Amino acid sequence: MWVTIRLFASHREAAGRESLIVELADGATAADALARACSEAPSLANAVTSVAYALNREQVSADAPLHDGDELALLPPVAGG
Amino acid sequence: MTRHFALSGEPLDEVAVRQCVDQPGAGAIVTFVGQVRNLARDHTLARDYQVERLEYEAYPEMVEATFEDIAHDVRKRFDVLDVAIHHRTGMLEIGDVSVVIAVSAAHRGPAFEACHYAIDRLKLSAPIWKKEHTPDGAVWVEDRP
Repeated sequence: MWVTIRLFASHREAAGRESLIVELADGATAADALARACSEAPSLANAVTSVAYALNREQVSADAPLHDGDELALLPPVAGG
Repeated sequence: MTRHFALSGEPLDEVAVRQCVDQPGAGAIVTFVGQVRNLARDHTLARDYQVERLEYEAYPEMVEATFEDIAHDVRKRFDVLDVAIHHRTGMLEIGDVSVVIAVSAAHRGPAFEACHYAIDRLKLSAPIWKKEHTPDGAVWVEDRP
């Protein structure tokens, strides 16, 4: 299956891009997608100190299962306001 | 017609946000305006440091739904009539407005409490990030709620 991973703020700058599209095995989770993103963009691994996940714009936990066509956002600690 | 929940790259219109929660049953409207200040706190060293500007970034496709969730939660917890939330993105200078929240209610008590609650929740949960530009460089703020 193919999943789009969105990156923001410190993650985006570390990886040097706003998104990547990765192929994952069936049954892969949000955490698996993060691991893949870090292997494709090694500079991202150092930047990810704390991360939350949004799957198709809803917050989910690291063990959330992914499906073909999903959009997974890696969210650094937020700081709005 | 001003939308209740918005993310904008343009300066925020405080009056428009307040007007969009106004209604005949409202005896009180509380508006919170957050703006960029020239200092930030280093909690580890317990001292302030200079800030020159703030750069805001958001997950635009998610942020307005998050504002709606916050407003829904506010309405469940407090006796209020309406809630509106607007947030700015992009590069902001000192004194620029980054966020406006307006809450209308029949009475001032719930309006004050609900507005306070809404900004606290926004800071904890909205997918928005800020980069502090200081004389020593620029860094994404990730170490405080």
